[in-house]
Amino acid sequence: MLRDITLGQYYQTDSVIHRLDPRVKLVTTLCYIISLFIVDNWIGYVIAGLFLLAVIKLSKVPFKFMIRGMKAIVFLLLIAVVFNLFLTPGEPLVTLWKLTITREGIRLASFMAVRLVFLIMGSSVMTLTTTPNNLTDAIEKLLGPLKVIKVPVHEIAMMMSIALRFIPILLEETDKIMKAQIARGADFESGNLIKKAKSLVPLLVPLFISAFRRANDLAMAMEARCYRGGEHRTKMKPLAYRKRDAIAYIIVVCYLAVCIVCGKILW
Amino acid sequence: MGIIETKDLVFEYIRRDEEGNVEGITRAVDEVTLDIKKGDFIAVLGHNGSGKSTLAKHINAILYPTEGTVWVDGMDTSDEEKLWDIRQEAGMVFQNPDNQIIGQVVEEDVGFGPENLGVPTKEIWERVEESLKAVGMYEFRKYSPNKLSGGQKQRVSIAGVIAMHPKCIVLDEPTAMLDPNGRKEVIRAVRALNDVEGITVILITHYMEEIIHADKVFVMDKGSIAMEGTPREIFSQVERLKELRLDVPQVTLLAHELKKAGLDIADGILTVQELISALKL
Amino acid sequence: MSIILDHVSHIYEAGTAMEFAALKDINLVIPDGQFIGLIGHTGSGKSTLVQHLNGLLAPTGGNIYYNGADIHDSDFNKKELRSKVGLVFQYPEHQLFEIDVFTDVCFGPKNLGLSKKETELRAYAALKQVGLEDEYFYQSPFDLSGGQKRRVAIAGVLAMKPEVLILDEPTAGLDPKGRDEILDQVAKLREETGITVILVSHSMEDVAKYVDRIIVMNKGQIMYDDEPKAVFRHYKELESVGLAAPSVTYIMQALKKKGLPVDTDITTIKEAKTAILKALGR
Repeated sequence: MLRDITLGQYYQTDSVIHRLDPRVKLVTTLCYIISLFIVDNWIGYVIAGLFLLAVIKLSKVPFKFMIRGMKAIVFLLLIAVVFNLFLTPGEPLVTLWKLTITREGIRLASFMAVRLVFLIMGSSVMTLTTTPNNLTDAIEKLLGPLKVIKVPVHEIAMMMSIALRFIPILLEETDKIMKAQIARGADFESGNLIKKAKSLVPLLVPLFISAFRRANDLAMAMEARCYRGGEHRTKMKPLAYRKRDAIAYIIVVCYLAVCIVCGKILW
Repeated sequence: MGIIETKDLVFEYIRRDEEGNVEGITRAVDEVTLDIKKGDFIAVLGHNGSGKSTLAKHINAILYPTEGTVWVDGMDTSDEEKLWDIRQEAGMVFQNPDNQIIGQVVEEDVGFGPENLGVPTKEIWERVEESLKAVGMYEFRKYSPNKLSGGQKQRVSIAGVIAMHPKCIVLDEPTAMLDPNGRKEVIRAVRALNDVEGITVILITHYMEEIIHADKVFVMDKGSIAMEGTPREIFSQVERLKELRLDVPQVTLLAHELKKAGLDIADGILTVQELISALKL
Repeated sequence: MSIILDHVSHIYEAGTAMEFAALKDINLVIPDGQFIGLIGHTGSGKSTLVQHLNGLLAPTGGNIYYNGADIHDSDFNKKELRSKVGLVFQYPEHQLFEIDVFTDVCFGPKNLGLSKKETELRAYAALKQVGLEDEYFYQSPFDLSGGQKRRVAIAGVLAMKPEVLILDEPTAGLDPKGRDEILDQVAKLREETGITVILVSHSMEDVAKYVDRIIVMNKGQIMYDDEPKAVFRHYKELESVGLAAPSVTYIMQALKKKGLPVDTDITTIKEAKTAILKALGR
């Protein structure tokens, strides 16, 4: 059952956003994150919010999937809000015991909250509409120029995609090894920290040995299939920009411009 | 000259202890000379540790001979310039299906080999389609390999090799980790490749039922070839096979037992039909 | 003394789109001392079933009793259950981890909180029971051959002195001789100790040769539960679920069709030989 976990939680459906070139989505996400840090007034955030809503609507991914990603950061969000709320100096509004809430505090805290929520949602849109494969392809292509300064871009992308393929397999194997050791009376739960760490040895040794064997086998299988790095290689699914990708880029540039004008200059 | 030929092939590896000192030398393949005809279905039998896997890895130039020579379609495998041509012409399928599938989608995995060969994009798609159809996995082309059964995964691995348009395919115990149905699927696919596409097949296995249809069988023991012949010739020697930690198909074993009990039955009965006629029913 | 499964069912991922019923209303009694073969194709639920017997998985419905006690009662000692119902998984690589064979086999008894002396005595006895020669005791388990690793894995469970031994495909990946050696050793062990053995296998020949009861699983249910001959009489139904009778049974069917008066219940070579010779009047 563990094999069904898909990293990046891709949501399969057919939408404009899904069809966009992954490079567009990656660049847009980066631009969006930058925009969140450029703007520092309400108008800016309203624009960012509207942009996000529009993209979510276009992606046809149910809103609840976006919310799901938020659960992981609730704690982080709370800390950020609390710290900003109480520790920002400025005009005091309410004083609770020794803690003072300032006008600036409320402002900063709410901005921080909105920023974090938009940031997570914005990146979820990307991972929900792009397969991990496509994403590694995009990274390989976008980082391509770095090859000039001897960055092994192709190898990095290949490593990422192999990791994505093997994570579910190794998770399942971890489960099997745990069961095999529990059947021999191993206890992974009780005891103090040191005892718990020690109890992991019977799990980790077979897991590492298996991972190394798999790596070895895989390297051999890749060589047997004539793999020799990125040179001379053609692509089965080459990335190619289409008209819609150009339009998307124009929209992103417009969005950034509006953000800068409204969120910064008009302040 | 056959598609694959070896002459006095020896492979030795050095065992080292934990400090890296030489403990000893193991001769995994010992003076093997063989000649495989184009288009044949060859089976290689042998118990665990008999050297059959090591031999197989020489055909794909994953290992190089310590002594002697291996030729694949006339190319010497120790000729570094020919390395990629050799690997393209002699494809290899390994035992564990999980450890040889690279792609996260079936069709992408099959395209991996052609991509490495620098085949143009359009042709990759054609090759992927024909290869997946050849092993009966075309309808699964959009699946994640993790969702397939063992037999299906092995068929994808085979398709991945066919897509490179090899002349010969070496399968190193492709069915060892599969259940009986998976084994049947894989063997059926392999036989079809040999019959329909005319690809030379070298099948390494433990399962005696899988090699009844082979053109020729080699039995390995201690790194050298202990027996060589047609399945019938090999399976006529029940006692010798047992000495080599092997077995014979059930019907062969039964016929052999009946012969020992005094019935007039020829050696090397391979099918029930043959047994029926031998018993003159 | 027995294991009883009372209306046991197990549903994975209940309430989601991936809901899957791996076991459906299983009723089973496993008395002491039987040699049971558990067969079924991949995904039939046999792995899920054996993991219930030692409490690795909890049923989503129904109860399991070991020697009369419900194993999922809050005061039931699960750890003791796991030592009494020993489960050896398919790949020995999943459990071997210690520096040498002997230490690895000590892992189980040590977890039971036994004294060092008792632990070592048990480990030694277990390694003897699986027929591993002394020269391998202080080797790394990773340097052993496939068959030897299998033996060490079985010994690792036997050292806990189980009353029931479950072997999940103990012969996968071994050569023919290796397969026979392991199974002969298990049969010998059972004769000597009277332990209950449950053999999960894909090989009908192996099952027919060794066991005295066969449980056939299909789609999470028990399809047949009977002595081997009776089960293999249903060879047509077995085929319809992707299984088969031993090849000998088919040979006998073919011979009978051709007019040789033989019994078609036969499942082993030895029986077949006797029957054919008799039918031919020899």
